[in-house]
Amino acid sequence: MKKNFPNFLKICFSIFLTGAAVNFCPGQDSGAIQINKRADIPGLTKPIPVSLDGFSGEVADVLKFDLYVQGFSFVAPDAAQYLISGSAGDSVTGSVTDKLAKKVILSNRYTGTNLRRQAHAFANDIVFTITGKKGIGLTQIAFKAQPTGNGAGEIYVSDFDGHDAQPVTHDDVIVSHPSWAPGRLALFYNSYKLGNPDIYFHDLSAGQRSLVAHYGNLNISPAVSPDGTKLALISDKDGWVDLYVADADGGNLKRLTKSPEDESSPCWSPDGKWICFATKIDGRRLLAKVSADGGEVQTIPTRGAPNPTEPDWSPDGKWIAFTSQTSEFDICVMPADGSKDPVVLVPGEAPSWSPNSRTLIFSHSVRYQQTLSVLDVFTKQVKDVGRIAGSDSEPAWRKDMN
Amino acid sequence: MKTTLVYSLAFTLAATLAATGCKHTTGKVTALPAAPTPPPAVDQVPTTRNSGPERATTYTPPNGPDTTGIALPPSEDMYGMNPDPAALAAFTVHFAYDSAAIRKSEQVNLQEVAKALSADPKTKVLVEGNCDERGTEEYNRSLGERRALAAREALAKLGVDSTRVFVRSYGKDKPADPGHDEAAWQKNRRDDFVLLHPKPGA
Repeated sequence: MKKNFPNFLKICFSIFLTGAAVNFCPGQDSGAIQINKRADIPGLTKPIPVSLDGFSGEVADVLKFDLYVQGFSFVAPDAAQYLISGSAGDSVTGSVTDKLAKKVILSNRYTGTNLRRQAHAFANDIVFTITGKKGIGLTQIAFKAQPTGNGAGEIYVSDFDGHDAQPVTHDDVIVSHPSWAPGRLALFYNSYKLGNPDIYFHDLSAGQRSLVAHYGNLNISPAVSPDGTKLALISDKDGWVDLYVADADGGNLKRLTKSPEDESSPCWSPDGKWICFATKIDGRRLLAKVSADGGEVQTIPTRGAPNPTEPDWSPDGKWIAFTSQTSEFDICVMPADGSKDPVVLVPGEAPSWSPNSRTLIFSHSVRYQQTLSVLDVFTKQVKDVGRIAGSDSEPAWRKDMN
Repeated sequence: MKTTLVYSLAFTLAATLAATGCKHTTGKVTALPAAPTPPPAVDQVPTTRNSGPERATTYTPPNGPDTTGIALPPSEDMYGMNPDPAALAAFTVHFAYDSAAIRKSEQVNLQEVAKALSADPKTKVLVEGNCDERGTEEYNRSLGERRALAAREALAKLGVDSTRVFVRSYGKDKPADPGHDEAAWQKNRRDDFVLLHPKPGA
């Protein structure tokens, strides 16, 4: 008790310094849950110190990975705020003790499937019990993999940590930008299957796909609206590279921008009202947003983060993550309401939010190939996902799983 | 079909687990559903525009044709032709960093492309726009397209009928030089021109 108190002081002190409300600091007598209503400031939030005992091998690896990328750090038991312990023989059994409240706040046994998924389920329960947020342990991603370096690639689906990766295309052509259809096991993506880039809808359950956007000579960067009824895309249908919106089946195409410059990478606000995208005005690259019904284009300032592209709006509506380009690519996050300047977090590109709006998956360059990484936005803790097939990029986090 | 059922069942169970997994009591047991099975392989790939769903386009340009680009011919019109990448390989047009503007020094190449097209009215051309690696993937896919469209607009000014000019952006997926320095980047910021011949008998 005496020994861990300085940790709490550190948490309070750092929160105070970064300008957050001081009432995030716990009083001596406050409960454990209160302590973790952390001021979530991108890149500056302190991790929650926990100890992990009794696990080894794959189960320990899964628990460490899941918790690290959701804002926990691993320390010796005497410095920990929570003690996580348990065992994994035939099945994972685990408990969490809150040292301050001096009580066991989680005790559970997991059966079925395999130890790996049991460990993810335990990690989810730990995250929910301590922070009140649903964990990401059992979520999935889609991404593009280029195994050979000749430009051709396939769309893959895997667990969020890259485990159990499965190709869902077998076309050996250029593919890009998978985007999950909400509420179902289905993707939109771009494929050069017919020669030019077109957008396909691919129902992964049925193993069927259909061509949904085949306008002009270019149809790329599909982004599905949160209710699944609309598709934002980039096309050259009218002879310029512009942002369009269509019904999810590709019909009823409507042009939203009318600029000879190149628009790219649309994403939706979670309320479905706005489409945010990258554009250029007078040769300068900017983020902008336009009503999904059309209308005036509003630019979004990204002071201190030049050449923004690849915006992704967090599911809780609070944040926009994007890629800034200087001599390298950097992952940046800013409040969606523009109330603060962006925070430059780590080198990387193509960020995609987790369903709980806490973690990003993105890609970064290692020896001129892309590899996927997972970033806890608030503590800036980052872990690489294992290389799956050659260059792995353009990850899309499935938002409807928790 | 059976696989499909198992797969969707697995996800339904996973969702149920997530919804109920937060009520903890000491000694509780959480039974996990089976892990998702791999998705089945695809299938029927539609090969023509007509095999996709019906698309009724309602768009009309709000400000008239003078403020829009030159409408594209459908991609299908080139898929039936024989590509000849060698014929115009000497006339590749190069670009400045992050720019789609055709430089004066490149005009001569466009004139050569226009000349080749006028020499044989049955031919068409595919302009392939490419970028160097300094740019995110989808940004470069849009920039490559803009570069190809810029050449198409320049060819129109030289009298080439735009229904004969197709475009395709490869973004940074098809570098001419795999290097990672300015010398390679200069070669990679380019439009390649692929002459298209009608198939014999067509």
